[in-house]
Amino acid sequence: MMKIDNIGFSYEDKRVLKGIDLELDAGEILGILGPNGSGKSTLLKVMDGVLSPREGEIFIRGKSFRHFKRTDLAREVAMVAQENHFRFSFSCIEVVLMGRFPHLKRLQFEDRNDIEIALDSLKATHSIEFAERPIHDLSGGERQRVLIARALAQEPKVILLDEPTSFLDLKYKREIFRLISSLSSEKGISVVIVSHDIDLIAQYCSRVILLKDGTIFKTGQPDDVITAENIEEVYECPVLVDSNPLSGRPRVSVR
Amino acid sequence: MEEDYKIKGILTPGKVITISIIMCLILALVTVISLVMGTADVSFKQVASMIYGTLSSDDPARLIILKIRLPRIILAGVVGFALSLGGVTFQAILRNPLADPFILGVSSGSAFGAVLAITFGLSYSLGVPIMSFLGALLTIYLVMSLGARKMGMESSTILLTGVIINAFFTAIIMFFISTSADDRLHTMLFWLYGDLAQSQYTQLVIITPIILLAAIILYSYARDLNIITTGDDIASQLGVDVERTKKIGLLTVSLIMGLVVAFSGLIGFVGLIVPHLARMAFRSDHRMLIPVASLGGAIFLIAADTLARTVLSPNELPVGVITAFLGAPFFLILLRKRGSQWNR
Repeated sequence: MMKIDNIGFSYEDKRVLKGIDLELDAGEILGILGPNGSGKSTLLKVMDGVLSPREGEIFIRGKSFRHFKRTDLAREVAMVAQENHFRFSFSCIEVVLMGRFPHLKRLQFEDRNDIEIALDSLKATHSIEFAERPIHDLSGGERQRVLIARALAQEPKVILLDEPTSFLDLKYKREIFRLISSLSSEKGISVVIVSHDIDLIAQYCSRVILLKDGTIFKTGQPDDVITAENIEEVYECPVLVDSNPLSGRPRVSVR
Repeated sequence: MEEDYKIKGILTPGKVITISIIMCLILALVTVISLVMGTADVSFKQVASMIYGTLSSDDPARLIILKIRLPRIILAGVVGFALSLGGVTFQAILRNPLADPFILGVSSGSAFGAVLAITFGLSYSLGVPIMSFLGALLTIYLVMSLGARKMGMESSTILLTGVIINAFFTAIIMFFISTSADDRLHTMLFWLYGDLAQSQYTQLVIITPIILLAAIILYSYARDLNIITTGDDIASQLGVDVERTKKIGLLTVSLIMGLVVAFSGLIGFVGLIVPHLARMAFRSDHRMLIPVASLGGAIFLIAADTLARTVLSPNELPVGVITAFLGAPFFLILLRKRGSQWNR
């Protein structure tokens, strides 16, 4: 689905990413882990084309990002960002309809089809009842669902999520991760999640990447990547890794 | 399933057109009322027969309507339209509902350009508007580069920067006024108050089409502006060309502010009050907001200018005094009520 070939990126003279190779399969859920400043968010921005890499190339469905117009790329890759500003009042349906932007021409209004796609997206994320409510009236978890609905309305092949659960309580964390995994299995969308929540990543992702200082430290199945040895080295923190009795996936405790 | 969810509040071209037509009717009504009001007596009947072309050509009302009141009303309408359009665009790009070009010093920067042009004896029809445009552009550049660094866009930093730049340019204008020869003094003072009394059809023919063109250009970016208000990265991710939209928006605003200031001086707060009321009534979709706020600005300034020339009749007030009188308390209330949180 998506192929990242030897990507490097620097902010001015500060090197943030180097030599990243990555392949993303259709319908898989990939988790990206790594300490603060390891380049996770930058990698995500490179993957959605907002930042252009200094070195290397990214392909989606065999075609290089360089050959995409911005709007065309927005139909392939959608992003659920960590920070969202709603300084002005928009209802949730208006926010989700913004996801139709890359499908519309200048001065074109959303037609029946666009509205139906937006409504379907809201239904898919169990947030249809918020449709007419102003988005800033919603709680963090509700808002996150609406923003995932907006990403769905773009009708992308790949959805990238930057810390989708960082401000959410347990119930909403679970809900968002379950939602993401059902979307990817039902719609065949590839999902990439950046998170600090190692346990949830371990539980829901089929594959995990561990980033350190802008390079891939380890990649593979959660069991192979999330080991005490790897986590201690990358996060510089003593941990105990055992097995989650419910899922059988690795579980991390700080020592 | 679709029938289960009849969603209200989805914008259609029909709604935009209907509301715009209603606004145009109100505009026409306010224009007629304004034509009737004033020191000299003109009746509704005379205005009506003027419109139907049956007013006798030696009726003195004809002169008052055509030569005195109408050009002034049209200028008020065009200027109000432009100020409000500039306000809406600025607020979207800076993601700050208090970012009116007047408050951010763009108007005084523009006036600085105009005063400079007058001091050097440039022509009123070309030199002054061009310098005024350059002054607006310079201020926008200063505000953006000093006050709106990455993090500061939404914060009060940008307002503070604008206020300081505003004070600076006002001081320069004052300097020029105190050192200039007497005969130019009056024309310069005019820029500080905002005044629509100097209106001439020859100016209107220049500024009206340019401002309408600016409105069309900005309207074609309405959906882009909606998304830009939710963040640059998001907008860019959704396929909006953020850099280009901002450049076009800021250039267009500089152009219309330059023109407006060159022909009417410093009229404050229109670009703040009117877009705010429009947002309260019609929410934040710029496809609705741009026509509603612009036409609303025209209505507002015609009404304000009618007050300015009638409230102390036979004496006149500069219209900027009226808008500031209404606008300053309004701004303070907004600032107090909303502070940095701005959601409704």
